Amino acid sequence: MTKSSLKSKDSETALAPTSRPASRLRSKHLLGIEELSPEEIVLILDTAEAMREIAERPIKKVPTLRGRTVVNLFFEPSTRTRTSFEVAEKRLSADTLNVAIATSSVVKGETLVDTALNLEAMSPDMIVLRHAASGACHLLARVCRSRIINAGDGMHEHPTQALLDAFTIRQHKGRLAGLKVAIVGDLLHSRVLRSNVLLLTRLGADVWLCGPPTLIPTGIERLGVHVTPAVDEAVADADVIMLLRIQLERMEGGFFPSLREYFQVFGMTEERVRRARPDAIIMHPGPMNRGVEIASEVADGPYSVILEQVANGVAVRMAVLYLLAGGIDDEAAA
Amino acid sequence: MKRLLKGGRVLDPASGVDGDYDVLIEADRVLRVERGLPADDDVRVIEVPRGFVIVPGLIDMHVHLREPGQEHKETIATGTASAVAGGFTAVACMPNTSPVNDNAGVTQFMLNKAAESGLARVYPIGAVTRGSKGEQLADLAELHAAGCVGVSDDGHPVRTALIMRRALEYTSMLKMPVIDHCEDPSLKGDGVAHEGFHAAALGLRGIPGAAEEIMVARDVTLAGMTGGHVHIAHMSAKGSLRAVRHGKEQGFAVTCEVAPHHFTLTDEALHRPVQYDTNVKMNPPLRDATDVAALLEGLADGSIDAIATDHAPHHADEKLVEFDRAPFGIVGLETCVPLALDRLVHTERISLRRFVELLSVNPARILRRPGGALAPGSVADITVIAPDARVTIHARALRSKSKNTPFDGWELRGAPAATIVGGRTVFTNPAVTGSAVFA
Repeated sequence: MTKSSLKSKDSETALAPTSRPASRLRSKHLLGIEELSPEEIVLILDTAEAMREIAERPIKKVPTLRGRTVVNLFFEPSTRTRTSFEVAEKRLSADTLNVAIATSSVVKGETLVDTALNLEAMSPDMIVLRHAASGACHLLARVCRSRIINAGDGMHEHPTQALLDAFTIRQHKGRLAGLKVAIVGDLLHSRVLRSNVLLLTRLGADVWLCGPPTLIPTGIERLGVHVTPAVDEAVADADVIMLLRIQLERMEGGFFPSLREYFQVFGMTEERVRRARPDAIIMHPGPMNRGVEIASEVADGPYSVILEQVANGVAVRMAVLYLLAGGIDDEAAA
Repeated sequence: MKRLLKGGRVLDPASGVDGDYDVLIEADRVLRVERGLPADDDVRVIEVPRGFVIVPGLIDMHVHLREPGQEHKETIATGTASAVAGGFTAVACMPNTSPVNDNAGVTQFMLNKAAESGLARVYPIGAVTRGSKGEQLADLAELHAAGCVGVSDDGHPVRTALIMRRALEYTSMLKMPVIDHCEDPSLKGDGVAHEGFHAAALGLRGIPGAAEEIMVARDVTLAGMTGGHVHIAHMSAKGSLRAVRHGKEQGFAVTCEVAPHHFTLTDEALHRPVQYDTNVKMNPPLRDATDVAALLEGLADGSIDAIATDHAPHHADEKLVEFDRAPFGIVGLETCVPLALDRLVHTERISLRRFVELLSVNPARILRRPGGALAPGSVADITVIAPDARVTIHARALRSKSKNTPFDGWELRGAPAATIVGGRTVFTNPAVTGSAVFA
């Protein structure tokens, strides 16, 4: 498939920007932000700009992935990410197959590798994988022929979330370099955190992490970020405040005393938001716990871009699917 | 017929011998170690190739042979074949078989299987507690009488300080060590890798060094209190070494071992060359560079007593899973000598003499077994070392039934050339030129 096939029947506008430093992804998979160069990240974001236009058309579909099969293999419950991928695949005319597997049934029987190889026997082109174990996508990438797209692996990475976050920030701020981004919440268990740190530092943002010391990953400052338990320091003059979900079971695991105390010490209130720059935006990858990591007034406030993040998720995932499919064509042509 | 190993360097720290000597073997015993022994008619002469070193048989005091119960991973036959191919004349096997070696019947079964195989000597380690459940002491005297050379609940720590105290008190009358796998279960939690930057970046749950250090400190204290002999298994963390040194300074009966992977690799191996390689998942986990530096220092200065492999075979299918779900452990018998020579001796961190102490003299002393010496009259368990042989590790070529090693493809300097158990050559290394003379 060539780039011209991105053109829809009712529009002759070429979607891909005409010039950019990187024109394709080096890897056949999207396992994480870690494997992406800054140029590749920009390529995905630029391609997503073109994809976003499709959502504004009366007929939101292009034939780009016609004849391609994409399996959405989800071992963890997910509403947002799975539907976002599915919409993206359908807008690109791919044949999609949703396989949701309760982890419990897998524990009893088939291994992840066997499940994937069985699906592969039906010749999909890409597998979108969500799994509770960090590194699950790396394992499949070693044994499968299909392209693997990481839709969240354990506590490791959630690259399309970081890409859509970056896309959203760029929309509002026009750039990433030099911005102060404060990320507050459960840093330890968050795959969103790891992908965002890698992406934001790679594109030159000034990243501040904040959370209870029990929820800060050991040695994370080696990734070139500031770490502080003082939320006021983290959000001071920030351009972007990103909140991460606090799960009830973390309290039960003894990471902090109570949700009430968490909100008192770390919860994002309007008062705290006022310490940030006047044009700061508030982000959350969802699902939110109102009254725990974020006050309702903040979630629904004028600076909140939380729903835009969701909308942008489709465009970013379309860009990833499109670019990886381009790799399949390159291989076929070689 | 007698055999005369002629012209090689003999290194026997126990008797202070280091130089060109001849070794005369009759039946299963060393008869004489002298210069210029005559080649009488009833003597078969083996001209030892230049550069080879004759040392007392190496003893791996920490292996998992998996039989009975997990024969798909390893058997006593394949495990001892792997041992002799690694240059070991004896191995001490851990009791976490199925059933657990907590009674004389299982011990006897292991010894029978070892005798049938006729390769390396097998010294069973019995369980400290029934079923290794940490509740009630196993029949320790019966295990000892049946042939166990130590006790351990390896795979798990001896759970409570009270049980550990009782075990140390009770075994003191049996003159055998309690070998402890030290980790505080609450700090270890469901961790899968060393708690540090690499685990954090990869989203893997951490096992802090402190989980081990706390329990080593407990055991050292109890050794002092009871007078019992505690041996710290597969020690990995710098703070553990400090606790052991402290115990030794007080004169407590504390010894410890370190595994080759813990002085060779750091937790960076989680990241490179392959991310999430389940062959770098072991317990205790690969620690960071400061821990490795401390272990190297301890190996050199004598505060670490032994090198032991923690040989832990697992079937390929069991390792071809998510990192979280993979079992802990790697095979080690056939990579130990090359790693120790390449990483310790050739880097001049330790002498060849110290190498022999770590792998032969001290394990024999800790387990109170014959061996670890080449004096006249001692058992003819001999390892011939080729310190300068260049070898490449090939996982597929390992004699072990399992191939789970992170060292596949590694090129190393130094290897065992031949393994002689009870006067009988049980292995010559096809990868080492000249080793065939020992056949």
